[in-house]
Amino acid sequence: MTTVQTPTGAEKTMVLNMGPQHPSTHGVLRVLLELDGENVMKADVDIGYLHTGIEKTAEALTYSQAITITDRMDYLAPLSNNLAYCLAVEKLLELEVPKRAQYIRVLLTELTRIGSHLVWLGTHAIDLGAMSVFLYCFREREELLKIFEMVSGQRMMTSYFRIGGLALEPPAGWTERVEDVVRTFPSRFDEYEDLLTKNRIWLARTQGVGMLSAEDAIGLGVSGPSLRGSGVDYDVRKYFPYSSYDEFDFEVPVRSEGDCYARYMCRVAEMRESIKIVKQALGKIPAEGPIKADAPGIVAPQREKMKTEMEALIYHFKIYTEGFAPPAGEVYQRVESPRGELGCFVASDGSPKPYRMRMRTPSFVNLQALQKMVEGHLIADVIASIGTLDIVLGEIDR
Amino acid sequence: MNEFAVQHPILAVALPKIVVLLFVLLTALAYLTWFERKVVAHIQARWGPYRVGPHGLLQPLADGVKFLFKEDVTPAGADKFAYFLAPFLALSLAITSIAVIPFGPKEFSVFGQSTPLSITNLNIGLLVLFAITSMGVYGVALAGWSSNSKYPLLGGLRSSAQMVSYELALTMSVVGVILMAGTFNLSEIVNAQQGFHWGFVPRWNLIGWPFPQVLGFLLFFTSAVAETNRAPFDLAEAESELVAGFHTEYASFKFAMFFMAEYASMITVSCLATILFFGGWLSPFPQTPIWAWTHYIPAAAFAAAGLALIVHGVRYITMFGRVVLPVLGLALCGLGVLCGQPGMLDFVQGPFWFLLKIAIFLFIYVWVRGTLPRFRYDQLMGFGWKLLLPLSIVNVVLTSLAIVWTQQ
Repeated sequence: MTTVQTPTGAEKTMVLNMGPQHPSTHGVLRVLLELDGENVMKADVDIGYLHTGIEKTAEALTYSQAITITDRMDYLAPLSNNLAYCLAVEKLLELEVPKRAQYIRVLLTELTRIGSHLVWLGTHAIDLGAMSVFLYCFREREELLKIFEMVSGQRMMTSYFRIGGLALEPPAGWTERVEDVVRTFPSRFDEYEDLLTKNRIWLARTQGVGMLSAEDAIGLGVSGPSLRGSGVDYDVRKYFPYSSYDEFDFEVPVRSEGDCYARYMCRVAEMRESIKIVKQALGKIPAEGPIKADAPGIVAPQREKMKTEMEALIYHFKIYTEGFAPPAGEVYQRVESPRGELGCFVASDGSPKPYRMRMRTPSFVNLQALQKMVEGHLIADVIASIGTLDIVLGEIDR
Repeated sequence: MNEFAVQHPILAVALPKIVVLLFVLLTALAYLTWFERKVVAHIQARWGPYRVGPHGLLQPLADGVKFLFKEDVTPAGADKFAYFLAPFLALSLAITSIAVIPFGPKEFSVFGQSTPLSITNLNIGLLVLFAITSMGVYGVALAGWSSNSKYPLLGGLRSSAQMVSYELALTMSVVGVILMAGTFNLSEIVNAQQGFHWGFVPRWNLIGWPFPQVLGFLLFFTSAVAETNRAPFDLAEAESELVAGFHTEYASFKFAMFFMAEYASMITVSCLATILFFGGWLSPFPQTPIWAWTHYIPAAAFAAAGLALIVHGVRYITMFGRVVLPVLGLALCGLGVLCGQPGMLDFVQGPFWFLLKIAIFLFIYVWVRGTLPRFRYDQLMGFGWKLLLPLSIVNVVLTSLAIVWTQQ
């Protein structure tokens, strides 16, 4: 126990160990709170309880194999991770992905964004005591997971994007599913907003809580909706378009207040924008066309060709035994994941395995802001602030 | 036997009543958990308990057995005496307060002794009730303090502060009712609400003369929800903040006792709201010959529920359910027929309307929990002291003025 002069005049403070087992630390985050009564004087964030060594493991895998482990970083938005990694390797290989695959990628990552924001909204709401919103959000997310399962065979660890395109041709009837989502979801979002947006208790719990000024946010490297809630208009999709995002018409919601409520409004608006993008993508995706780049030796050949062409069989064998070797060099590719700027750095030494794969994960960077947001506030605000940052521990301790 | 009853009225009359009420109350508590889980589940687009018995009807039993067989851990460094005392205190006080609640107007006889439908009918019933419920804070505070753990400590502190401050608003909000009834006796408060405006609008205190206690009721119910530590005022056990609040370190049946105490106080508060503002056991329909058919509502309600249960039950998914549900339905139909008998017709009126009103309040409790987020500690205190308390004083002043004005 330290002896300090606290605002209430007490001489002793209490250290409260919040986590790693705690209902609202969103995984295994540990926060050491120095308390004066219920006032937080100091908050130390301790991470590392979910360390998986994903970046290091990638060095032992071929470029294609490494896709599967990127899923497991941000387990609420696996397709965004896939996309960042695939785009980085494609940049290294200077590979042009067919438009059809690009649009499908856009569509699926936007659905991922909605799914991730739904989990965020649900958990944030349950942290603040609004239990029902949580279950409504998960009900809707289920529809999205069904779509992911339909196209990739997996609900969460999809690994659907491949270097040079997509893993499989999407099955028949999947666009109808997506159309259903586009049709029904806006009214579902209205439902959540009915429960929360103008709710006096919700306003009291989120307005003026977890303040983050634009200067601080930029200084700490915060990105994504957490940054846009502080009034900074920055979205990778707009400023560094990738995967044909420049062909889509969408707004980037920005709020200037910098509190939990602003971030809440940003994310809800973002879900609506994502629906808009999905709708446009549905119109753009051509019915026919390749889903993989024409790059023998890098993209696995079609099954039929393997039965008739000698080269195809050889390429297939080589890709799946030793992998392909991109030219030596370094690339950095950023995408807008649901949580913010997700950057993927890949260094190649000319061998079939990455020399180094590093992810600049938004959760890790955004979590730095927690200390600034909670010091001098109450315990209940710590919960609100952790929730509003939308962290995923798998991504922090990769 | 009659002689014995005359000589020892406590043994012969009060004791059987206590045993019966305790049995009914504890069963009600158990099934209130089932009710809450079911209602919240349906609010949240889920099914709730479904596996243990048809529609999860045996879930409370399974929960009880589970609580009994769980290992009972006492944290190292806990103050053993206070740690054990806290759950007993919480539960016994919560249950004791039900003793002064009158369930109906009629007297019935046990061994030739005529006795009212309550354990005891005190002249200062309301005061006793508040005295008992306000002691409930000791259970929570002791539990938080004696556990020798930080989360319970914070939870205990929160709820002591909360219960003490909401106690004031709670008590002030019923002063209006007391002024209008002129008594602390709960039965007399109900009797004072008899009669109808324009022949058909009941003169319950909520819309009573001379000053409708709408404000009083809203204040009362809000403070009562806070007093019982229920959502959106469940800060003491705010799961997302303090893990489980004051009962974090309690396991096994000691935890169950806190759980039951919470539900018992929910029932008490619902009884009180019914008695003070909604005319207690009084029927909402006038007692004139034109409205005589309303006396058959209890019988019809039971019979209809029973029939619905039979129709639904015979198609239930499990064999067990296909047997149990129709039997329950038959029992309900039987109850309906019994309530329709001329001898019983008058007697069941009071308890039926009383229990129906309580059920509505309990539903509102659960509904609120399924809808609203939780307050923050400082907001809660501000809400209590800066809004509820002044408003309840305003209500008292206005009621007094209205009474003085009408009496002149």
